[in-house]
Formats: sequence, structure tokens, C-alpha cells
Amino acid sequence: MDNIVGKKPALIWATHISVAVLVFLWLFPTVGLFVSSFRTGDQIASSGWWKALFPQEQNTMIRTASSDTQKQIDGNYVIEGNLFAEEGDAQGEISVWGTSSRNIGVYTPGDTADLGEDGMLTVEANGDYRLVNDTEFTGSRGERVFLTAKTPPSFTLDNYRTVLFSGKATDKMGKAFLNTFTVTIPATVIPILIAAFAAYALAWMDFKGRAFLIAVIVGLLVVPLQLALIPLLSFHGTVVEWFIALVGTPMEDNARRFAEVGWLGRLFGFAPGDTINSKGYLGVWAAHTGFGLPLAIYLLRNYMVGLPKDIIENARVDGATDFQIFTKIILPLSFPALASFAIFQFLWTWNDLLVALVFLIDSSGETTVMTRQIVELLGTRGGNWEILATAAFVSIAVPLTVFFFMQKYLVRGLLAGSVK
Amino acid sequence: MHPAVQGLLTIAIGVGACISYFYFSNIILDKLIFPARGPHAGRNINRANLVRPWLFLFPGLAALGLYLAYPVFETLRLSLTDRDLGGAYVGLENYRKMADDPKFWEAMRNNAFWLLVVPAASTAMGLIVAQLTDRIRWGAIAKSLIFMPMAISFVGAAVIWKLVYDARPLGTEQIGILNAIYLALGGDQPMNWLTIPFWNNFFLMVVLIWIQTGFAMVILSAALRGVPEETIEAAIVDGANPFQIFFKIKVPQIMGTIVVVWTTITITVLKVFDIVFAMTNGQWETQVLANYMYDQLFRARDWGVGSAAAMVIMLLVTPILAWNVYNARKEMK
Repeated sequence: MDNIVGKKPALIWATHISVAVLVFLWLFPTVGLFVSSFRTGDQIASSGWWKALFPQEQNTMIRTASSDTQKQIDGNYVIEGNLFAEEGDAQGEISVWGTSSRNIGVYTPGDTADLGEDGMLTVEANGDYRLVNDTEFTGSRGERVFLTAKTPPSFTLDNYRTVLFSGKATDKMGKAFLNTFTVTIPATVIPILIAAFAAYALAWMDFKGRAFLIAVIVGLLVVPLQLALIPLLSFHGTVVEWFIALVGTPMEDNARRFAEVGWLGRLFGFAPGDTINSKGYLGVWAAHTGFGLPLAIYLLRNYMVGLPKDIIENARVDGATDFQIFTKIILPLSFPALASFAIFQFLWTWNDLLVALVFLIDSSGETTVMTRQIVELLGTRGGNWEILATAAFVSIAVPLTVFFFMQKYLVRGLLAGSVK
Repeated sequence: MHPAVQGLLTIAIGVGACISYFYFSNIILDKLIFPARGPHAGRNINRANLVRPWLFLFPGLAALGLYLAYPVFETLRLSLTDRDLGGAYVGLENYRKMADDPKFWEAMRNNAFWLLVVPAASTAMGLIVAQLTDRIRWGAIAKSLIFMPMAISFVGAAVIWKLVYDARPLGTEQIGILNAIYLALGGDQPMNWLTIPFWNNFFLMVVLIWIQTGFAMVILSAALRGVPEETIEAAIVDGANPFQIFFKIKVPQIMGTIVVVWTTITITVLKVFDIVFAMTNGQWETQVLANYMYDQLFRARDWGVGSAAAMVIMLLVTPILAWNVYNARKEMK
């Protein structure tokens, strides 16, 4: 690749700089979310996340220690300590301070403020203070001190604790996280298996109508799944009604509720009066399988067609059946294509919102997935950026991990999957 | 039963059922129906081999037929019926109702802009990045970072970009970078970018461009590397400058791939739902077809108009579908 561009230093530099700028632009939004997820709600609301990486000027109010820590020194009553330590805050450097909310910047570090009958207060730049009075301090709360201080960057893991483990009704991300896994894994494994057999038939078996079927699959690749929502939702409803009629008797006014339950139904754990919801995991697994199959078959067929013909024909001559050829030769050799599709399907099912909304999530909200929870948070807690950012980052983290470890297969899959 | 256990059980049952289906159906075919022995052994083997492909294909075709092919026709039928009238045939009534809805035309207008802007911008950006990163040593890392948004869900991306577009009242610190920059450059008021009619569509499009550029880059980068070296060398010998080489030698040679990338992104755009749903939900004149359809189906509960909207999406996809099928058939010959 040593063409003329490689010999012009100016162009080389222009290239380096423009790529750096592009990468920066592309990363910047995501980094913002990442950084925000480690900041408290107050921090996020009071300054842009890009400032969080540098020391910041902040105005805070901190109280001195209460009167029960006072000591008697030389006839005076003294309360001593460090303001930052009182609140458990990170250390900072005070630039100005004050003792009333109207006048927060009247003193510089080292000054002594006269609080009248409350005594004399001295505050140093590092937050050390000394409160002196000739009478005994009373009252359970300390003096208020208003600080303008430069505080170093500080981050917290609290948001992750809240989002994942607190279990509050609006923050049931922990549950949604598990639910999302429950959706994705079967929805990734099952289509691979079904597609692999079909792809083998389309690649290596001779039969009438093969070319036509391949064309149909190429066509189905682009059919929008929006078309499938209503027909399939009513189909799932019909299946539920059939099932109830099969293992028991449905109620007259509601065909999705049991009036009586037969022995087969009891074996499944149903009781009279139970309803079966047409939304649920089975439905979403089936839907993801159906929607993923065209790409799966297409990718795998294209890969299998490229496998060496000799191996397969030799195996045939040696008396291997198609089933043996498929399981012993084709499947192991097709690993890269299988991995490519698995990643696609995993990313797609993990990131999906529409299919889950339509086929999985019922009014109880027990089967919610992460994308749905985040949209909910966006609506109800649009201002709580710390919760929102953390929730979003939790949901992004898994696909990003998969992405960085399996990128090779993802790229291969993309290259093979785009219809040429 | 815990859903996770249910999930594992389903995998076990599903995988077990698939494998035993394939295994036993083959055995039954070979041993019981057409045994490869006796007076008709030869004929039986041939017959078994005629049936076998369909055994392999059956589960896949059944699922495809039920989950993709049948719904196309069922949706077409539903779009011609009215749910409130017990599913009676009403002809094109739903389409007429939809054509009278200003929201539908808003969605059509916005979709037209999405279709014009997003595929073009993503492909162009992807092409530029692919060309630039091919030349430098840390190109692989740069590519991988620009490719990264592909792994992020549309919903996650919506949150990421909502933070970018966030607006705080004047006088308080801006926490959205766009407003911070806007004010630093002399803007007088923080802007609620997502509520400015018409232009907010473009702020939503940025999100999809951000995601799709990586896809375009990966494919185009592979295509660029496939451009024969001799053609470039010949151009250099003839005194072409780097820009001429790029636009006159390389781009024409990868035109086929550019079209593929363009059409693939076009289809993604036609189906775009999550971004609009999560960021504006179609308010402030940002409606798009897929979200309009969802509104009609699950909020207005009007299956007729919803299906009609779905058919419009299908209709817009059809030319690409036909083109893909045509090309695939040509390639197989």
C-alpha cells in the first residue's frame, strides 16, 4: 500500500489528526454516560460530566462538630476538627468561606470570624477549623460554614448498588437483567440449530425448488417484523386457547381461563380459575427464532457452500449418511459462521425493545427486560440522570463485552451477511 | 418456576427436540419407510434421498412460514377489515382513514428525510473512515472504537444522546455538551434540541448515523482492500493525486458494495422505531412510520389502520426486496 500518500508527511499528519478527531467524536457521548454513572445526582446536576475529571470549584455548606466534642483549654471552650472530615467528603482546598448563606465568601483561609456569642471561628485552607468561646457551647448542632472549595474528582459506586440491588419498584433493573438473559439465550441457541440443518440442505443436497427457496429466504431477510406483530399476537392467543381446551375445559366467557383442569393440566401445575397469558417467554423465544431464521439460514448456507466438496463426497463414498456428514463434518467446520450468527442474534435479542414489548411484557411487569425499564425510566425519571445513566450502562455493558471479545466473528458475519 | 430455570429447561427441551427430530426422522425414513434392502433397495435409496432434504428443511421452513410469510398476507387482510365491526371487510377504508390523518403525513415526511439523510451520511462517513484508517498503524483500534456503537442498543443510544442534548435553564451549569458548546460559542439561550420542530428530526437522525457508520465502515473497508493494487499503481504512474485516486479509481470499483451498504441502511431506517419511541415518542413532529404504526396498534387499538401503516412500510421495502432477490438469483447461476 505504498502509494503516493505514504510519501507526503503533511497528508499523513492530516490523516492521523482527522482519524483522532473522528474517534474522539464517536467515543465522547458514550464516555459521558460512563462517567456520569459514577457520579452522584447532585454532581451530575451541578456540572457537566467532562468537568468531573478535573478538580472543581464547589459551594457547599458543612456543619462543625456538635457541642459534645468540646474541650476545655486554658479556660476557653474549644471545638476542633476538619470540615471535610465531618461530612466524610473528599479532601479539598478552600478558597473562600463564610458563615451565612447571604455572605458565603467574606473570609479567606486563616481568617477568624467573630460569631458574637457563639464564639470565634478560624478555618484553614485544608479544612481544619477551631471554634473558641469563653462560655460553654450548647445545642446539639454545630455552626454552619459555607465553603467555596476546589475538590478533587470523586466517584462513587452507589448508583450501581441502587440500580442492581436495591429492588425498589421503579429500579427493578436487577430483575430485568436476569429476564433479559432468560430471553436471549434460548432465542440465540434454538434458531442456530434449526437454521444449520436447513442451511445444509440448501447448500449440499440436490432437490427441486432449491434455488426458489434460497430466493425466498433472501426476500424474507428484509421483511419488516412490524408486519408480524398483530397476526402473531393473535396466533399466540389461539395457541393458548387450544392448549387450555386440550388439557382442561375453558371458561365460557374467557377461553384463556380454565374452568376445569384435566390430569395433564394438573401435571403442568394448573388449577381451575388459572389464566394463561398469551404474552410470555415461550412467545418471545418463538418470535425471535422466527425473525432470526432468514439471516441464520442465509449466513450459514453461504458459508457451507464454500466448504471443500472433496471432504463431503469422500464421506459419502465411505457410506456416511447425510445426518452423519452434517454432525461430524459440516457442523464443526462451520464454527466461524455459527459464531457470527450467534453474536448477531445475541446482540439483536439483547438490544431489542419492540419484540419484547409486544410478545413478552404483560401488565404485571414481572417479565420486563432492560430496554423496557430504561424507556420507563426515561419517561418517569428523566431528571434522575444518575439512575438513568447507570441503568443504561448496565444494559450496554454485556453487549460491549461480547463485542470486544468476539469482534472478529462479528465482522466476518457482517461481510458474509450483506446481500451482494 | 424461576424464569431462568424455565429458560434452561427450554434450551434443553428445544435443543433435545430439534436433535431428536432430525435424528429419528432420518432413522424412520431409512429403516422403516424406505429400507435400503430387499428387492427395491436401489429405488428406496433414491426415494429416501428425495424426501430427506425436506426433513432437514421442515422446522426452518415452518417457522419462517408462520413467523414471516404468513403475517405478510394476514396483515394485508387485516388492513382491509375493521376490528370494531367484528373483522368485516371494509375495502380501502382504513387506508382512506390513514390518508386523512395529518400524523400519518408527518410520519411520511419525516421518513422521507430519514431516508434521504441517514443512509447517505452513514455511507459517506463510513467510506471516509474506512479510507483514512486503512492508511495508519493504529487504524484497527480506531475502527474498532468507531464500530462500537453497533453493539449498543437503540435505547441505550437514546439515553446517551439525551444526555448530549440535555438543556438546563439559563444561569445554571449546562450538563449537556451540545448546549455547553452552544452557549460558549455565544448562544443566548440553552436550546431544547429535541423539541424544535423539523430540526429535531435531524438530532434524532444523528443517533442512527452514529450507530450505522461503523457498519458501513467495516464493509467498505473490506471492499477497499479488495481494490486491485495495479489500478492504483497505474494511476500513480499517470500522476494522479490522492484525491483523484480515491474518487476516480477506488470509489468506482467498489460502487457495488456502496449500493449494498446503502440499501441495507435504508431498510434499517424504514424500520426505525426504538430511537423515536425512547427519545420523543413522536412528539414535536418527529413521528415516523414504525412508531405511528405502533401507536395505532397498541395505543389507539386500531388494528386496521395499524396494519395499513405496516403495509406501507412493506411497500417501501419491496423494491429493495425484489432487487436483492434478483441479484441473489443472478449470482447462483
